[in-house]
Amino acid sequence: MPVDIDAAVIANRRLSADYNVLSFAAPAIAATARPAQFVMIKTSGGLDPLLRRPFSIFEILRDASGSPSGISIFNKRIGAGTSLLSRVEAGARLPVLGPLGRPFEPVDPPAEAWMIAGGVGLAPFVTLAAALAARRTSATLFYGARRAEELHCVDLFEALGVTVVLATEDGSGGVRGRITNPLEAALQARPLANPVKLYVCGPTPMMRACAALAATHGRACDVSLEQVMGCGLGGCYSCVVLARGADGGAPHHTRTCIDGPVFDAQRVVWD
Amino acid sequence: MDLSLTIGSLTLQNPLIAASGCFGYGVEYADVVDLSTLGGVAVKGLFLAEREGHPPPRIVETPSGMLNAIGLQGIGVHRFIKERLPELRERHAVVIVNICGTTLDEYVELARILSDARGVHAIELNISCPNIKEGGITFGCSLPGTHDVVSAVRKVTRLPVIPKLTPNVTDVASFARAAEEAGADAVSLVNTFLAMAIDVHTRRPKLTNIVGGLSGPAIRPIAVRMVYECRRAVKIPIIGIGGIATADDVLEFMIAGANAVQVGTMNFVDPFIWEKLMDGVREYMTTHAIARLQDIVGTVDTSARETAWLST
Repeated sequence: MPVDIDAAVIANRRLSADYNVLSFAAPAIAATARPAQFVMIKTSGGLDPLLRRPFSIFEILRDASGSPSGISIFNKRIGAGTSLLSRVEAGARLPVLGPLGRPFEPVDPPAEAWMIAGGVGLAPFVTLAAALAARRTSATLFYGARRAEELHCVDLFEALGVTVVLATEDGSGGVRGRITNPLEAALQARPLANPVKLYVCGPTPMMRACAALAATHGRACDVSLEQVMGCGLGGCYSCVVLARGADGGAPHHTRTCIDGPVFDAQRVVWD
Repeated sequence: MDLSLTIGSLTLQNPLIAASGCFGYGVEYADVVDLSTLGGVAVKGLFLAEREGHPPPRIVETPSGMLNAIGLQGIGVHRFIKERLPELRERHAVVIVNICGTTLDEYVELARILSDARGVHAIELNISCPNIKEGGITFGCSLPGTHDVVSAVRKVTRLPVIPKLTPNVTDVASFARAAEEAGADAVSLVNTFLAMAIDVHTRRPKLTNIVGGLSGPAIRPIAVRMVYECRRAVKIPIIGIGGIATADDVLEFMIAGANAVQVGTMNFVDPFIWEKLMDGVREYMTTHAIARLQDIVGTVDTSARETAWLST
């Protein structure tokens, strides 16, 4: 059951000119949040911007006793709302509604989990990595960006025992080229008897390519989709994506907020 | 403290209604708001058949408002009755079903079907959606069309009939009058204003549908004026709609002439808005010693202002 908290900003950690991690005191959201669930944040006190913005829950923060005390978001400055969130200072309060949406379901050993992130699509994977670590599921992060300066927070994954594979389009970090190249090599190298599940979040062309690779190699693949959202609760029907029914029926405009954001990649109509 | 009102044979416990198209089928919000505490729930517009609506992007923000072109995606009346209405009934929601037709016969058929469904309390006629080409708006933009669809539906149902009017006409009050003459129990207004937003860098419209309907606080003063005009034209109850964000906004619409209001866009911004609006209205009633909220309806004081101080 989602709650709306007038949440205090604990810290604004600036990662670069474009990226920051914003943490909020929000124990009631942190207590029930699951991997890839999201929150709707009102970025200003006034009417402009009017609507809340959806953000994946990046981290679940804990107090000294280990109890969930807050959440953070991984923010990339793109438009008016995200610009405001890049500038907000500790102590400010913003309405935060959540947790919302269908989560990633972590797999258990002996299956492995491969997380494929592109750019700001890193956002849902820290919580997933933590859930996988708790199950002792072996996990790999394939993380791609345009250049090395846009690769962030890799240390969070290494601390959780995740194997990290990096790629940049200009070759300034990790392997040169798209992250789907090392992913494809890994898929080809892995015997079919060794189960692996793919979890993907990033730009649509990357997710489409990952879905195709997963299908080719016969691997389960979940994607976390991002759409323009009005309400986050299923009220407005603005965030739809064309997806087949869970029963394999004909494609329908399906709400990303309550039927997603996580979908089986093979349900999504990618073109 | 009496917040109730009546629309035809229906009594609403308070004037706060969730606006159609902004509240799904009601059940989506059952986790965050006790549906039985609302005056009513106007569910998303239904045709006879299921509809897929327009491709995204379907919404875009504008100053103090938003444009939408959802295109009336919906599950159709039969699935609504089977899959959503039982839960609404269980939760004791006052259900106002918004219906849309491409022909007059479709409105009549929908009204017939809904009149037989247990748990439907009123029918709102969507003759004002700006986002689809066929039906709907063609009735709402013509006085004879409005009259014909209201009187045809009136003949086949005992449920209160509430045509939802478009602001995209020269004189909304004449449409309210046509609806009243045709036997409407109330009118609701306004639906969204036909509008457009363009990305100057790509020179492309920001919505796939090119144009969409503007809603939110940006339209409120226009909607208040239209409610005021309609109040002077008709006796039947008016449901005011347009960017309501605070209790003062509810009261403003009522003083202009609305008996009840619908809240849409601001429910997206704050799904917990209902309790805040209710508390604010109650506080106003206490402050101003108002026992019966309906007593403020249409009480806007337009008499000449006291100007004696100007000459002193």
